[in-house]
Amino acid sequence: MTTEHPKITEPAAQPLYRLHPLTPVLRGFKYFGAIVAVVSVREVGQLGVQRTLEFLPVVVVAGFVLAYLSWRFTWYRIEGRELHVESGVLFRRSRRVPLERVQAVDIVRPLIGRALGLAELRLEVVGQGATEAPLAYLGDEQAQRLRDRLLALAAGVDEHAPAPEETVLARVPTRDLIVSVLLLGQVVVGLPVLVAVTVGLLIVNVQAFFATLPALAPVAFGIFRTTVQRVLVEYGFTLATSADGLRLRHGLLETRLQTVPPGRVQALRLVQPILWRRRDWARLEIDVAGYGGDEGEQLATRALLPVAPRAICEHLVDLVLGGVDLTRLPRRPVPPRAAWCDPLQWRQLGLALTPHVLVVSRGRLRRVLDIVPLAKVQSVRVVQGPLQRWQRLASVHIDTAGRHLSTEAAHRDRDEVRGLVEELSDLARAERVRRRPVPGT
Amino acid sequence: MDPALFPADVAWRRVSPRLITVRRALALVVLVPVALAGCAGLAFASVPAAVALAVVFAALTGWLWWWIGRTCRSWGYAERVDDLLVRHGLLVQRLSVVPYGRMQFIDVTAGPIDRRLAIATVHLHTAAAASDARVPGLPSGEAARLRDRLAALGEARAAGL
Repeated sequence: MTTEHPKITEPAAQPLYRLHPLTPVLRGFKYFGAIVAVVSVREVGQLGVQRTLEFLPVVVVAGFVLAYLSWRFTWYRIEGRELHVESGVLFRRSRRVPLERVQAVDIVRPLIGRALGLAELRLEVVGQGATEAPLAYLGDEQAQRLRDRLLALAAGVDEHAPAPEETVLARVPTRDLIVSVLLLGQVVVGLPVLVAVTVGLLIVNVQAFFATLPALAPVAFGIFRTTVQRVLVEYGFTLATSADGLRLRHGLLETRLQTVPPGRVQALRLVQPILWRRRDWARLEIDVAGYGGDEGEQLATRALLPVAPRAICEHLVDLVLGGVDLTRLPRRPVPPRAAWCDPLQWRQLGLALTPHVLVVSRGRLRRVLDIVPLAKVQSVRVVQGPLQRWQRLASVHIDTAGRHLSTEAAHRDRDEVRGLVEELSDLARAERVRRRPVPGT
Repeated sequence: MDPALFPADVAWRRVSPRLITVRRALALVVLVPVALAGCAGLAFASVPAAVALAVVFAALTGWLWWWIGRTCRSWGYAERVDDLLVRHGLLVQRLSVVPYGRMQFIDVTAGPIDRRLAIATVHLHTAAAASDARVPGLPSGEAARLRDRLAALGEARAAGL
C-alpha cells in the first residue's frame, strides 16, 4: 500500500509501506488490556460497578483512537541496504537500521494476532535492550516476504530471489518436552517442598501461612516460570537450517519464528540436569547479541533445542560453529587445591581450547558446557579473590556481546592463567582477522 | 599484589597520585559532617561517649586514608600492540584485556573535584556489557592522548560483532 509520504522525510525513491490496516484493532486490545491491568479491583470497588461500566466505553474508544492514530502515522520503506521506519503522532521518529548489522529477525504472532492473521516482525540490532526495530503488525504473508527480503539484503544477495529452501534438523516431541521439564530439579525437589510447606503451615496455623505468603509466592512463581511458561514458549520446537541462517519455530499461544543468520551466534551452552542423564538428554541454549529486552523475551529466545539426545546436541554444536568435536576435546582440569575454593564441583571444572572455540565445563548435578567461538570474544578478564590468592588460583572470564550466557573458567592455576590470557588473546585475534568483514559491507 | 598473576614483560603505567587526593577528599566530605553531627549530638547526653565516638571516627578516617592510598596505587594500565590491559584491586585483584578492535565507544568523564585537580577517567566500552576497561585518575592531557590513541587504533583494527 503506497501512500503520500510524511512531511519530515525527504522525497523517497522507494515506495513507502504502511502497517497492516487491522493493526489498530490488535493494538486497541493491547491498550485495553494494559488499562484493565492498571485499574485494580480495589479501585472498581471505590468507584462502584455502575460508574466503572459507564467509564468503560470511553476507555475502549480512547484506546482504539490512539491505536488508529499511531497506525496512521507509521510508515516503513527499504532504501538501499537500510530499513527506514517513520513513526509517532506528536513526536516524530525516523529510524534507519543498516541491514548488515541485523543480528536476528523474528516473526512473532500473538494469540489474537493469529486469529486476525497478523504478525510482528522484529529486527534485532545491538542496542539498549529493547527490540530496536519492531514492525507491528504486518499480514502473515507480508511479514514473511519482508523477512526474506531483509535477510537477502543483509546477506548481500539478490533481494528478489526466491526464499532459500530449509532443511529440518530436529523436532521436539511434546511428550519429551513435558517429561524433560518434569524431571528438572525445581519440579522434582522444589514442588514437593513447596506443597509440604504450604500444607504444613495451613494445618498448623492459617495466620502463619498468610504471613509467609510474600516469601512463598515468588518461589511458586519461579517454579511456574521454569516449567509451565517454558512448555508454553518451547512447545512444538522445530529447528531448521537454510542458506540465510538457523530457523527456530516454537510456541503454543504466541508463536515465534526466529532466523539467526550465519555467524551471529555469540555462545552456546549445553546443559544436562542430573535426572536427564539416564535418558541421555541434553538442552542446548543459544546467545545472540540484540536479544534481551524483558524477561519474557529472554525466556523465549534462550533455547536452540529444548531437549534432545545428547549426541544430537553435540552434532548441532559442530554444525552451528563449524568443526567443533565436543567428544574429543583436549580437556584441562583444575589443580586439586581448587577444592579449597569450590569443594563440591572442583572435579567438574575444566577447560578446553582449540584454535576456534573455548569450551568451559562445570556443574555436578546440572552439568554445563559453555562453548564460545573465539571470533566472538570481546574481552578477557582475570579475577583473583583472597582465597584464590592463598591457593595460587585465579578465574578467567570471557565476555561476549550476548546477554543470556556468561562464561567463567573458575579456579585455574595462577601460572596457567597468565599463559592462558596470552593464548586466548592471540587465538581470538587470529579468528577476528580470518573473519574480518570485507570493507564496505 | 600478586605479580605472578599479570603478564611479566609489560610496561605498566601508574595513574596520577592526584586520584588519591580526590578520593580522600570525597571520603572526608562524607565522613567529617557525619562525625561532627554525631559527636555534637552525643555530647549533650554524655561527654565521654562523644569522645569515644570521635576516636572511632578518627580511627575509621585514618584507616580509610591509608586504604585509599593503597587501592589507588593498585591501578595500572598498559597499551600493547593489539590490546589495552587494565589492572586494579587489592583484596580482589582484576585484570582486563580488551583488544582495540573491539572498541565500540570511549567515554572521558571528570567530576568537579577531578576537574580542579585536572584528572579524568577514560572508559573503553565494547559490545559486551561485562567488559570492564576503565582507567581513573589520568592527568587531563594523558586522558586526551589515551582517548585519541584508543579511538585511532580501534578504527584501524575494527572487527564486526
